[in-house]
Amino acid sequence: MKVTNIIITGLGGQGVLTAAGIVADVAFRCGFEVKQSELHGLSQRGGSVTSDVRFGREVFSPMVPSGEADFLVVVAPDQMEVNRPQLRAGGVLIAPEAIDITKLTNRKSFNVALLGVLSRQLDIPETVWLDAIRAAFPEKLHAANLQAFNHGRKGA
Amino acid sequence: MTETNRRLLSGNEAVALAALHAGVALGTGYPGTPATEILEEFSALGGRAQWAPNEKVAAEVALGVAFAGARALVTMKHVGLNVAADLLFTAAYTGCDGALVFVSADDPGMASSQNEQDSRRYALAAGVPMLEPADAQEAYDFTAAAIELSERWKIPVLLRMVTRVCHSKELVSSRALTQAATAPHFDHAYKVRVMIPAYARPAHRRLRAKLAEMAVWNEQCDLNRIIGGDRSLGIVTSSAAYLHAREAEPTASFLKLGLTYPLPIEKIRAFAATVKRCLVIEEGDPYLTEAIRAAGIPVETKPEMYRFGELNVARVRRILAGDTSPEPPPVPGKPPQLCAGCWYEHTFDVLKKLDCLVSGDIGCYTLGALSPWEVMDSVVCMGASIGVGLGLRHVLPPELAQRVVSVIGDSTFVHSGMAGLAEMVYNPPPTGHVVVILDNSATAMTGFQEHAGTGRTLDHEPTGKISFEDLGRALGIKNVFVVDPSRNTEPFEHLLKDCLTNNQLNLIILRRPCMLIAGKVKGYEKAAAQSCSPVKAE
Repeated sequence: MKVTNIIITGLGGQGVLTAAGIVADVAFRCGFEVKQSELHGLSQRGGSVTSDVRFGREVFSPMVPSGEADFLVVVAPDQMEVNRPQLRAGGVLIAPEAIDITKLTNRKSFNVALLGVLSRQLDIPETVWLDAIRAAFPEKLHAANLQAFNHGRKGA
Repeated sequence: MTETNRRLLSGNEAVALAALHAGVALGTGYPGTPATEILEEFSALGGRAQWAPNEKVAAEVALGVAFAGARALVTMKHVGLNVAADLLFTAAYTGCDGALVFVSADDPGMASSQNEQDSRRYALAAGVPMLEPADAQEAYDFTAAAIELSERWKIPVLLRMVTRVCHSKELVSSRALTQAATAPHFDHAYKVRVMIPAYARPAHRRLRAKLAEMAVWNEQCDLNRIIGGDRSLGIVTSSAAYLHAREAEPTASFLKLGLTYPLPIEKIRAFAATVKRCLVIEEGDPYLTEAIRAAGIPVETKPEMYRFGELNVARVRRILAGDTSPEPPPVPGKPPQLCAGCWYEHTFDVLKKLDCLVSGDIGCYTLGALSPWEVMDSVVCMGASIGVGLGLRHVLPPELAQRVVSVIGDSTFVHSGMAGLAEMVYNPPPTGHVVVILDNSATAMTGFQEHAGTGRTLDHEPTGKISFEDLGRALGIKNVFVVDPSRNTEPFEHLLKDCLTNNQLNLIILRRPCMLIAGKVKGYEKAAAQSCSPVKAE
């Protein structure tokens, strides 16, 4: 089985690492081997943040090899062009325009809304996503994040 | 009975979990990306963890724990090991009764550091065994192994991490680590622990004997693994480089080293003899390559251009192909910046307006080196702002010397600024000097860790607190000022202007908690007041 390569990119404070953690948890819940790599530290000061998630039967490097991403999820528009070369030919770009932020209960859930869009592309049961989202946030944030996910997944 | 449990953990979390499972009595260290989360996680899991003022003090405390027969973990980033190195070299001689594990995280590619030193050289130089985990599972397993090795050979062990191991998550199987720790005790083993020359000479011989014994043991050790494959290519590797190499050339034969000092040289020799082409793939310095070649084993290694930066699958492919053509530029990241509204902005404006020569230091304020301020004239290592500023003042002509100011943050000041103040009092430059402490009441850059100047422990509980202004006065600095820098910058500007040219010693403390933690700090203070009130009422 081929390894699935996902890159999530944005700026510090946009929930890039949270989103990547949810994807990794989803893959784990499905029984895949999974690796997630990230760089933080200075990124806490509004710099760019990128996290790689890889899953499949056997995964070695924690980093998606350059130009081999199957999916590129872009949370900040200004990170799109610089990261586009990370996509393989035929890879799927999930751009911030995919979501109308005004349709979200909480604008901070934009990252999770993009995961809703991503989820359409992956053959993973919706319930697994919902469980992983619930596990990633305190209870008071569940409703907003589930709404955002649902909006991204179904346009609802 | 062994309990098996699989969880998605980062390398840092895995070290913390293993430390907990292995019965580490105390974890200590100083925050530094990428190693910071180890102690925070150890504490969150229920371990006893504390921040020390700096890595050397942390290492001293940890050695004391190990002298008492208990298990100690001391964590730091690579440059922190430089600070702790004084202890490391001689603790290798004294050895320890309990376990002493140094966790040091290198940062190849400098995601968040001032250099990309390869700390593996320390194991060789100090003579301490070294383990190099490649991923989070190995971070767990090798932490447990480090504790076992440390107790078995009574020697400090270096667990050398890198950023990708610290911050990459994968599924980690944990288990019950059954070997119980001995109860803390004290032996008057002064001939072993008092390192006067008469006792240190035999101690050095004991150390070399231990290492020779370990080298033999390492030949059969399962921390080094052979992954059989095509005999036309053999790859000797360690750390995260192994993962990239395995992916780049899955059919090759691998000798994946885990215990990389002292090296299992005969195992490497035998492996090299079984393959047609033997190549060393390692990140950073040619540490393995040099040792293997010195043993007379012919191996290929990477071209010099791959010493710089992190390795990844693409770069390993290039190394395998001997490709030295220019590499495609990495994805340009957006540089970090000060948070909008940070009061440091106003401070930088004043430094710029007064045309100061700024001897800077390590922290959020290092960002003052970037546009639009570009006010930092030098930033070298923790605490260097004060000494470097003094050196400039000593020799520059007065009109230039009187523009020199040392700028240091609160946590960095606690780390290694106090000795700088002592130097200033002891050897004052003819034009005096100005030290500005930017006190935002946190180790902000690494994620708001506490320190001895905040009056709160790692867990944000109340504890003793150092007053920088009292300290300055106690050291004999007469001009000590505390200023709130948040709104009106005029008082600071006038004060600094005066101090720069008054030919005296001046300490200016700009104090305002970082706006990102102000709310949290109030919460800690409220919780502390509540927990204290019943005691006070009695």
